[in-house]
Amino acid sequence: MTQAPTVTAPAALCLGDDALVLAQRLGEWAGHAPVLEEDVALANIALDLLGQARVLLSLVGDEDELAYLREERAFRNLQLVEQPNGDFAHTIARQLYFSTYQRLLYQQLANSSGPFAPLAAKAVKEVTYHQDHAEQWTLRLGDGTDESHGRAQRSLDALWRFTGELFWPVDGLDIDWQALEEGWRASVTEVIGRATLTVPEGPQSGAWSAGAGRQGLHTESFGRMLAEMQHLHRSHPGATW
Amino acid sequence: MSTVTADHAAAFDAAVAADERVEPRDWMPDAYRATLVRQIAQHAHSEIIGMQPEANWITRAPSLRRKAILMAKVQDEAGHGLYLYSAAETLGTSRDELLDKLHSGRQKYSSIFNYPTLTWADVGAIGWLVDGAAITNQVPLCRCSYGPYARAMVRICKEESFHQRQGYEALLALSRGTPAQHEMAQDAVNRWWWPSLMMFGPPDDESSHSEQSMAWKIKRHSNDELRQRFVDICVPQAESLGLTLPDADLVWNDERGHYDFGPIDWTEFWAVLKGNGPCNDQRITQRRQAHDEGAWVRDAAAAYAAKHTPQAQQAQRAQQVREEATA
Amino acid sequence: MSSSTEWPLWEVFVRSRRGLSHTHAGSLHAPDAELALRNARDLYTRRGEGVSIWVVPSTSITASSPDEKDPFFEPAADKPYRHPTFYEIPEGVKHL
Repeated sequence: MTQAPTVTAPAALCLGDDALVLAQRLGEWAGHAPVLEEDVALANIALDLLGQARVLLSLVGDEDELAYLREERAFRNLQLVEQPNGDFAHTIARQLYFSTYQRLLYQQLANSSGPFAPLAAKAVKEVTYHQDHAEQWTLRLGDGTDESHGRAQRSLDALWRFTGELFWPVDGLDIDWQALEEGWRASVTEVIGRATLTVPEGPQSGAWSAGAGRQGLHTESFGRMLAEMQHLHRSHPGATW
Repeated sequence: MSTVTADHAAAFDAAVAADERVEPRDWMPDAYRATLVRQIAQHAHSEIIGMQPEANWITRAPSLRRKAILMAKVQDEAGHGLYLYSAAETLGTSRDELLDKLHSGRQKYSSIFNYPTLTWADVGAIGWLVDGAAITNQVPLCRCSYGPYARAMVRICKEESFHQRQGYEALLALSRGTPAQHEMAQDAVNRWWWPSLMMFGPPDDESSHSEQSMAWKIKRHSNDELRQRFVDICVPQAESLGLTLPDADLVWNDERGHYDFGPIDWTEFWAVLKGNGPCNDQRITQRRQAHDEGAWVRDAAAAYAAKHTPQAQQAQRAQQVREEATA
Repeated sequence: MSSSTEWPLWEVFVRSRRGLSHTHAGSLHAPDAELALRNARDLYTRRGEGVSIWVVPSTSITASSPDEKDPFFEPAADKPYRHPTFYEIPEGVKHL
């Protein structure tokens, strides 16, 4: 049953889709991580995100209808989170960019009096750990071997163009976006520097000005990801699982 | 045998006879150690390879609830593999050595994971039947004579209690669902039932390691005993599910107080064990690939640690001081 | 290609709740102490089993040898006067 949309629905969809899509991507790592301990760690992060997604989507309607029956253009997640896993360095760069953003965002939401405050207060603890995990690995890959340094730098560079979108205001969220962007930049710059890596140059929003994930415009690999995620559910209309 | 060794052997035998636990630094017969390493390693490898058939469905799980459950379960399997590798390491074998033996085919894992998961219902069938069989095998291992193995099993059994239930619940939802879902569930049970029975190993009269393991209290019950226990548990569970077990000979035997069941196809068992199952190559290839592709990550972390240990940092500072002094 | 260096082994101790001591939970591999702590958190407290974790390099532990068991531990067994039940107190005497 889909409830009547509330004023918080568009924002809940943005945050919920971010968490859902990144959980889906991290779920692809199961059984493929570079070391078994990391299989456990990545699954923990994915489970936290999936939990957040379920709470957020349930504010909007039925979680499964929203996850499984929307078309690609109806998803409101950032393009950053839908980017394919790539190698471990790529996944860590994506984690670093996103978890830093998510922590700062949820921290502000937790301190606000808005409808997301209770949820954000719980999530911010989870996300703080995600950020720590990403930072620890950024340091080790950046300041590890020549090979890992190269891979880490290439990943930071490749994903940089998807980070501009992080700071586009989302309707319904009571956020100081400028402070968020400054905090994000300071935090990410500090870690990248400590990791002996270089903060990428270039436009953060990408060369593409037509819009991005929050407007329902996604990258090509996203459709394939959704097809995989949704096909079983859609093959049995109305079934319960 | 020297007197010292004879004393040790007597102490070991007495400890096992008295149901005391053998601990890592205790003296133990070489063959006991070798048997444990082989069994614990095989068990650990089974957890790790066992992640694959189920992880195959994480990205396609049909509801978010099921996705979370499956992710947590596959994660537990990685964790259980780690507990078991730790237990094996107390016997003086490193995890790298064990993984090497897995990757090169010198150590085995449970053959059940060489069967494919073709539909979503297979996830349910694995939980109900494969985890069910595993638990039947594992519960007695909590009292195994080797302390670290027994402790790992206690932890694993406690955590695994949700694995079987979630599988049963998933199958029940399918069985009571649409006709297509019901058919999916029945098909999965048809495919997983016999391989599950094979999980208990060859019949007692053909099992090469059983007798000695029982004497050492590594093993507490025979293969056939545990298999019978499992069949007896499953029959009423299948009835409640509304699904049929694919064995025309399955019938209650009042005299024995057990269910009789049809003959197991041991030719298939040995073929899969020898590497000719549907997924043997695929499973090992994926495992080896994950390990090889992760090598640069493990190396990076080791290199970072070497640079950042307190000693390394001290040496670095000393070097700086020398450089400044000579500048 | 395979990694040349295996990460060292760490022993993990978990305090399950405040007021209790840390107890040995198991071991794991990690390249350094920071990651050992984090791996321990993910591996040994997934179900809320802990409020505090210690990790110790396995090589840093010095253990008594099973061969020394008798000289180490048996002498303590015949000193019952260390235990309160050794002493006879007349019935009715309280707070002792």
